[in-house]
Amino acid sequence: MVNPTAQEPSLERLRAGDRAEFARLVDAYSAPIYRLGLRMLGNAQDAEDVLQNTFMSALTHLSEFEGRSSVATWLYRIAANEALMSIRRKRPEVHIEDLQTGDPEADLTPASFADWSSLPEDELLSEEGRKYLDLAIASLPETLRLVFIMRDIEGLSIKETADALGLTETNVKTRLLRARLHLRERLSTYYGERLIREEKND
Amino acid sequence: MTDHPHMNCEALLGSLSEYIDGELSPDLCHELEKHLAGCENCRVVLNTTQRTIDLVQAPVESVPVPEDVRERLFKRLNLDDYLKPKA
Repeated sequence: MVNPTAQEPSLERLRAGDRAEFARLVDAYSAPIYRLGLRMLGNAQDAEDVLQNTFMSALTHLSEFEGRSSVATWLYRIAANEALMSIRRKRPEVHIEDLQTGDPEADLTPASFADWSSLPEDELLSEEGRKYLDLAIASLPETLRLVFIMRDIEGLSIKETADALGLTETNVKTRLLRARLHLRERLSTYYGERLIREEKND
Repeated sequence: MTDHPHMNCEALLGSLSEYIDGELSPDLCHELEKHLAGCENCRVVLNTTQRTIDLVQAPVESVPVPEDVRERLFKRLNLDDYLKPKA
């Protein structure tokens, strides 16, 4: 789960209006929420808005939080909603329902079979490679990206991701598979071309 | 891709994520590995999917919240008096 170094903030103290405890909560979970905003919205200003709105909303609704999920999962749920609402505001022609289905009928069949898996890591993670990886993640449909960020980047479990997004675990697994295969396909095109270039040079 | 009497490529693809995460039952793992042994394309898909996840996870992403962003956040939450540098 996120932030393993910090002790989970005390719900009792938070509910009692302990401001120092809320400040501790903010410091403990700001970084993953800010990263989620950056990945979802693609720029620092919108990520900052998601960050501020998430904690403002948490502060307002703290008394309604029943503690059935962890505080972290609850914060992720608020942040995911804030991010989707921000996308909706910027692209009013896109319906939230469309964002949530994320082209379920798209073909998952792999098209590229270049085996780039044994390329050395410093080549795969060169500055250019990193940039391409970030672009590939940014190209994921929003709802697949949300699941991918929570599970594969931030390390939430399938159950935590499901709780945060209000999805079933089966639904999370399906989206995760689609996201991973989508990314694999993009990276295979990119690194496959490198492989061909290297083979030509040999 | 090839057909297999027990598991075909399509079925393998559906179980790929759970296999990578170690969440597949031993029976299904065995079926999947039998298929992999005879299907090069599926081996490539597995290896490159696994590598894709490795690349995203390593090195662990550690983008900190910029100090000015943290300051504005604390001010918006009326927590200015707790705005000492992070430990």
